[in-house]
Amino acid sequence: MPRSLLRDWILLGPGLTWLALLLVAPCAIVFFFAFFERGVYGGVDYVFGFDNFGRAFDPLYLSIFLKSAKIAGLATLVALLIGYPAAYAIARAAPRRQTVFLVLVMLPFWSNYLIRTYAWIVLLNREGLINQALTALGLINEPLSLLYNEFAVVTGLVYNYLPFVILAIFASISRLNPETLEASEDLGASSVRTFFRVTLPLTIPGVAAGAVFVFVLSIGNFITPDLLGGGRIQMVGNIIYDQFLTARDWPFGATLSMMLIGVMMILLFTQAMVVRRMQGDREGAHA
Amino acid sequence: MLDGANARAAPSRVWLSGHLGLVLLFLYGPILVLMALSFNQAGLPTAWTGFSVKWYGVLLENEAVLAAARNTLIVAVTSTLLATALGALLAIGVEYRRRGPALEAVLFAPMIIPDIVLAIALLSFFTLLEFTLGLHSIILSHVVFNIAFVCAVVRTRLRGFDWSVFEASVDLGANEATTFRRVILPAILPGVLAGAMLSFTLSVDEFIIAFFTAGPGQGSTTLPMQIYSMIRFGVTPEINAMATIVMAVSFALVLLSQRINKGSITG
Repeated sequence: MPRSLLRDWILLGPGLTWLALLLVAPCAIVFFFAFFERGVYGGVDYVFGFDNFGRAFDPLYLSIFLKSAKIAGLATLVALLIGYPAAYAIARAAPRRQTVFLVLVMLPFWSNYLIRTYAWIVLLNREGLINQALTALGLINEPLSLLYNEFAVVTGLVYNYLPFVILAIFASISRLNPETLEASEDLGASSVRTFFRVTLPLTIPGVAAGAVFVFVLSIGNFITPDLLGGGRIQMVGNIIYDQFLTARDWPFGATLSMMLIGVMMILLFTQAMVVRRMQGDREGAHA
Repeated sequence: MLDGANARAAPSRVWLSGHLGLVLLFLYGPILVLMALSFNQAGLPTAWTGFSVKWYGVLLENEAVLAAARNTLIVAVTSTLLATALGALLAIGVEYRRRGPALEAVLFAPMIIPDIVLAIALLSFFTLLEFTLGLHSIILSHVVFNIAFVCAVVRTRLRGFDWSVFEASVDLGANEATTFRRVILPAILPGVLAGAMLSFTLSVDEFIIAFFTAGPGQGSTTLPMQIYSMIRFGVTPEINAMATIVMAVSFALVLLSQRINKGSITG
């Protein structure tokens, strides 16, 4: 098979070499950095140890991890609550309009993240449109502090990742067999009961995919807490940034990154398990 | 397609449509406000004082912005060309032959890994190799995530591809290069073009990885880095004007990519 071997090399070789050198190797370096110590002048001292991990569980950093998880969890919950009915509405539209809606939903997702986040500074600041509108309506006398707090950060995260949640849930709903739902209603279940007992459980894979995506990208976010939290909300991403560019403690920054990747892998694995189990259930039901 | 099952639940239908309308308002409202304010005459960030395009003029005279835009174009064009070639070849290879879980993980990782982690990983890598940082290191880095996106788009194109056509062409005496050019390339071309456009957009918009791999000094500042440092000074009509241009270009490219290859942006 020398010919097909040659073909494999031409097709897979260049791309995989690139990814091996500039994705796998850099990540492996960060992994090893996590076990070393900060050098006197900010470099890396190659003394092996687990000190960084001990430090990462120091109450100070642990509380930042927990706070990041709380903000990411909140953003995930809100995105699911807003996203599910929106995905459901799109799934019930006529096929032609489905495409239009999906493109409309996904379009902002592919555009500049910084600018989308900046747009919320424009809306939420003390002289911003929302404060102006509330003042004009006579609802408030003093402008509200909407920016530089947890509310602003969660809003920014939901805003940026909602499109993907809608897409993931839509994909799941559109794969549902309409006959299953008809059967449920024909057997006398109300549409509310059908939704909670049939539709929702069958679309859990889409919900899980959307949730994991928002949570992972939120907990490791840097731009949103930086711009909308205004330095008052510190998340893991901001600490990693500081360790690399300000404190110059690369090994500790690497440790925090590895913990972030660890959380991410556990969640992706859980999601894969959920999907596999549901597929297993479905195959079992057919047999 | 669910119409039949729920035809009698008319009130819920109205609620759902209303909700979808609000979601679209939520998604587009902030962007539209930003665009509208870029045409505001006064330097005030939010109070409307009349229509003017003067901030676009101010923007075009800002040397730092123009230099950053030039850098961004260099980075985006080069990384797109490289990533498109590598990503398309990879897609063919993966779809035709190998599909192990390790390979899938490597192709999926750049899309889900937090930007900040990839950024520090690349910075560590370049530093360890004593590699001089600059526009070229940003390009090398952007190719990493762009390969993954191009590969994903081209793979959707190949999913229903009948590989026996390919074998037939080889059996009939065409060599593999000819087969690639005459059989496979026409089939994947829309996907390749769409992937290239998405990768260009992603590269133009990418901030953190560029920020970490640009190196010290102003020489390799890209547009998002410039926007970031301007945002930190507060809301100005000049940023609004720049944001409007960048968003308009992104929207145009993404819509075009969706048009060339249906499903590019919606999976």
